[in-house]
Amino acid sequence: MNFILIAVIVLGVIGLIAAIMLYAASKKFAVYEDPRIAQVGELLPGANCGGCGFPGCSGMADALVKGADAGSLDGLMCPVGGAETMGKVADLLGMAIANSEPMVAVVRCNGTCEHRAKIAEYSGLRTCAAMHACGAGETACGFGCLGCGDCAEACQFGAIKVNPETGIPEVDEEKCTSCGACVKACPRGIIELRKKGPKGRRVFVSCVNKDKGPAAMKACAVSCIGCGKCEKECAFGAITVENNLAYIDYTKCRLCRKCEKVCPKHAIIAVNFPAPKPKPEGPATSEKPEVTEAPSKPTNEGKEAQA
Amino acid sequence: MNIRTFSIGGIHPDENKLTHEAKTQVAALPKQAIFPLSQHIGAPAKPVVQKGDKVKVGTLIAEAGGFVSAPIFSSVSGTVFKIDSAIDATGYRKPCIIINVEGDEWEETIDRSDKLETVEAHPELTPEEIVTRIKDAGVVGMGGACFPTFIKLTPPPTAKAECVIINAVECEPYITADYRLMMEHADEILIGLELLMKAAKVTKGYIGIETNKPAAIELLTEKVNQKFNIQSSIFNVEVVPLAQRYPQGGEKQLVDAVIHRQVPAPPAIPVNVGAIVQNVGTAFAVYEAVMKHKPLFERYTTVTGKQLANPCNFLVRMGTPMQDLIDACGGMPEGDNKLLAGGPMMGKALTSTEVPICKGTNSVTIISGEEARRREPQPCIRCAKCVLVCPMGLEPYLLAKLSEVKNWERCERQDIINCIECGSCQYTCPAHRPLLDDIRQGKSTVMGIIRSRAAKK
Repeated sequence: MNFILIAVIVLGVIGLIAAIMLYAASKKFAVYEDPRIAQVGELLPGANCGGCGFPGCSGMADALVKGADAGSLDGLMCPVGGAETMGKVADLLGMAIANSEPMVAVVRCNGTCEHRAKIAEYSGLRTCAAMHACGAGETACGFGCLGCGDCAEACQFGAIKVNPETGIPEVDEEKCTSCGACVKACPRGIIELRKKGPKGRRVFVSCVNKDKGPAAMKACAVSCIGCGKCEKECAFGAITVENNLAYIDYTKCRLCRKCEKVCPKHAIIAVNFPAPKPKPEGPATSEKPEVTEAPSKPTNEGKEAQA
Repeated sequence: MNIRTFSIGGIHPDENKLTHEAKTQVAALPKQAIFPLSQHIGAPAKPVVQKGDKVKVGTLIAEAGGFVSAPIFSSVSGTVFKIDSAIDATGYRKPCIIINVEGDEWEETIDRSDKLETVEAHPELTPEEIVTRIKDAGVVGMGGACFPTFIKLTPPPTAKAECVIINAVECEPYITADYRLMMEHADEILIGLELLMKAAKVTKGYIGIETNKPAAIELLTEKVNQKFNIQSSIFNVEVVPLAQRYPQGGEKQLVDAVIHRQVPAPPAIPVNVGAIVQNVGTAFAVYEAVMKHKPLFERYTTVTGKQLANPCNFLVRMGTPMQDLIDACGGMPEGDNKLLAGGPMMGKALTSTEVPICKGTNSVTIISGEEARRREPQPCIRCAKCVLVCPMGLEPYLLAKLSEVKNWERCERQDIINCIECGSCQYTCPAHRPLLDDIRQGKSTVMGIIRSRAAKK
């Protein structure tokens, strides 16, 4: 009987001391975590893709709460969740969200097999990075797509794939979250995140060749030669030609498509505009995930539109 | 004869020295010469001429663009056609100066006589004066890496040079330019070595030659004994016969083979163990620069290939398009070919024959497509042949895999930056795996990581 009593008392006392110590430690070393971080974290998609620029969704949640405390959510955007998620987060934090346009990855090269002749055969490691390091690649264009699919490998959402027929990657607008992984993976900086545009309509220069006109012309049938016709044609000052290459500023472009018509090399591409036969177009934003066939083939559509 | 070689790894590819006995020919002047502004390691040179300027042979056309850089001199006389871009040995369009050739008028300062100028006859040549002349003449390492020579001769204060090693190994298959140079200009090379030793303030010199060049070993041994190994000479030079083993021409391997010292991991360089390594071509260029006031605008180049009708060694003006030399050898062979600037092991594949000969182009090699095409890679069977042949003691199969899965941290721990990219692993791999391609990717990424880390500090 005595034994049991002693055991109970000893254990009880040890338990009590441990409890007091733990309590003291928890008070002394307490780390305050804003409960809003966890709440925001729950609203985020949890893909941990890093598209926002933070290591993962928890990092983004932390930054959002800090941003809210500092009074602004500018520059913070979850590309995966898009405006919807950001709206919810802003509501939770009692902030007004800056209107972030949905973006999409755009492959700025149209140097398909038919447009760009092969002048050599590459038999080394089939990654764009390796090919880029050892020379201009299999064609005479030292700027264009190498077609080994480093971007496709980098995409966590299966949104970008190299078309085996053209040798150029194509972006699935439905799946693209504009996380920017492909932009970083491309050793030649061909892919750019551009404004998705109303109904997915956008106009862009599908070339990044900075060679002078004759060299660019020799390398590829649809290269930008920096002639500047589009720059003159544009009434909104959206086009600049620098280093023999035209660039359309998507914040200024009004989608009038005049530049597309004057481009002598058909290097300017407009996608998702109604084709000669008008037909219902794809959804404007990811809010309405209606699947139509048209937006999934942006480059092809663009070419058809020119023809 | 005591034959030395480096301690670990190495392979022995087929030599194919087709042009061994082909006397050097003076290549015809090109119609248009192209001078890329980045012919050396370091900052690109800055043009000092403009469109329409008249230049002579030996006129400065671009000055050094920084400390690690070298000036570029015109190899032809004529008019500057334009300052534009052209495809160079990197495969990309790079800034260059293009000169239309008119006649062949040389700068008066250049001594074009054949008279052999000895160091004894020029007491005004102090070590500093020699280094300045080498620097001003744009001399860079002629073995292919093109590192500015004057920097090698002025080692950092933490290191002390003890000897100069002349790299006459030419372990790369096909190439014979250095061999022909030795056979035809041995006296000049030895004076070049003397100048290098004087500039580096050392008295010990070595000339490392592989045993597949017995005539060169004999000739140089005889000349060295006449010139240096006599009572009155303060210099002591030794011709070191070396076993045939690739990549013996690599600086670190050569230092190991000749003086049995191992160069530590980067950033250590051979001078950290007391050795300054210079190519024979560089020694010759140093002689011409210092004694003849002739800047670096000419070089010995081998144009070779089994399919070529008439492979040759040329003394060629830099800026000459490779096509001119290939035509002089009987034209590009039929069918698909692989064109290399350099030899088959370290050379760089090119996609244009209009690429000009530069300071570092020791050879133009043409291999038939059949021979050059890679075979289908098979899975690695861990046979460790690549480990055995790696001259740097690395584990190529592991580095390639780590690089493939982008594990840069482990790549760094496995010393990927020690790789000298000699390609022995890929050459020996029975599964035809693209080991070097992968390792190169990893190496450049890890170097980038190390640089950005250093920049942050």
